[in-house]
Amino acid sequence: MVTEPLAPPRAAGADEAAIWAALGDVHDPEIPTISIVDLGVVRSVELSAAAVRIELLPTFVGCPAIELIVAGVRDRVATLVPDRPVEVEISFAEPWTTERITPEGRDALRRSGFAPPLPASPPGAPIALTGAVPCPFCGSRRTVLENPFGPTACRSIRYCTDCRQPFEQFKTV
Amino acid sequence: MTVGDALLPATRSSLEILLLAMADDEFVIGFGDSEWTGIAPLLEEDVAMSSLAQDELGHARALYELLASVVDDGRSADAIAYDRPPEGYYHARLLDHERGDWATAIARRYLYETADATRLEALAGSSFVPLRDLVAKIRREERYHLMHAEAWLERLAGAEGEPRERLLRAWGRLAPDAATVLGPLPGELSLEMSGIADATSAVLDARWRAAIRPMLERLRLPAPPPATEATAGRTAHSAAFRDLWSEFTAVRLSEPGATW
Repeated sequence: MVTEPLAPPRAAGADEAAIWAALGDVHDPEIPTISIVDLGVVRSVELSAAAVRIELLPTFVGCPAIELIVAGVRDRVATLVPDRPVEVEISFAEPWTTERITPEGRDALRRSGFAPPLPASPPGAPIALTGAVPCPFCGSRRTVLENPFGPTACRSIRYCTDCRQPFEQFKTV
Repeated sequence: MTVGDALLPATRSSLEILLLAMADDEFVIGFGDSEWTGIAPLLEEDVAMSSLAQDELGHARALYELLASVVDDGRSADAIAYDRPPEGYYHARLLDHERGDWATAIARRYLYETADATRLEALAGSSFVPLRDLVAKIRREERYHLMHAEAWLERLAGAEGEPRERLLRAWGRLAPDAATVLGPLPGELSLEMSGIADATSAVLDARWRAAIRPMLERLRLPAPPPATEATAGRTAHSAAFRDLWSEFTAVRLSEPGATW
């Protein structure tokens, strides 16, 4: 009988795909419904012999949750790759836009009563405020914008005139 | 090797001045507007002004961080933001007025946001890539700020009686200082020559005036006069700013070097 040696702690699965999968467990504390991967906040994951390097795109420049997200990423990836440093960089190399939210992320937002953003308009173009945003509760398109500004930088407040329910929408950027 | 090393010394020093001016502008208007939290005329505006202020402070933080990486003298973004006496701040005089009434807040926001939009547009193709990237992100957020300022200016200017009268009084106080946002910066020619900005202040001032003219004519508001003593537009701050400075440095000064 051959005794298998115990696998080293990170021998299995510590590739970039496994790190992406692990990042699916990390959430923006202000949008806990979807992971930072579905939110489109993770720009890149690079695994080398020396380190793991992860680039994050903040949803808003002044997002107060970004430091918590960085700490969450570092902690989660360190459990997967304990033998090398985890470097997390906040990047503006490309702007995070609401187009980066995945279809799965949009569905998850809707299911939690949080309307997904409208399609983004290019900078300089008027912001679409009157587009038909379906109510995440009853599906009615008869909803109105109450306030483009909401409880966090990334949210607007809308109101459904059919089911009379106020709801939040991801601010389109 | 830092982000500023590839620049000529004169260009680097002009870039530092530009970043300081932009960061201080966003920082001071952000702190000033945060004073509306809880006392705005509508609940919706408590939320809106708080959110606007949070955005501006976020932009200031990112600009101070970029400045810290260019200056590279060991100071953090927080140290640059907080550890200066009031006379060391370099924001435009437009932001030096006391908080005033709601019409003052709206006039200030409109005049500042329109000038800032012109400034950001001039940096959209900047040869200094970290600034170009940050500006691209900031502009996506500033669209909401412009929309808010324009909607309220329209509302106050279009209402007969007290709202319009208050707006006109505020306009009379603030408009003479509006041009200080786009006033000349020391060494600005090297910003244009190096492609960091696409034009110098005189051109930006003309672009800004052309951009706001249609709305001001429609609302029967006088165009802001040209800046007087333009080069002093970012120094010699007011007593109202010293009061604001005491507020925003209070926590930091209570325990220097503390982290939390």
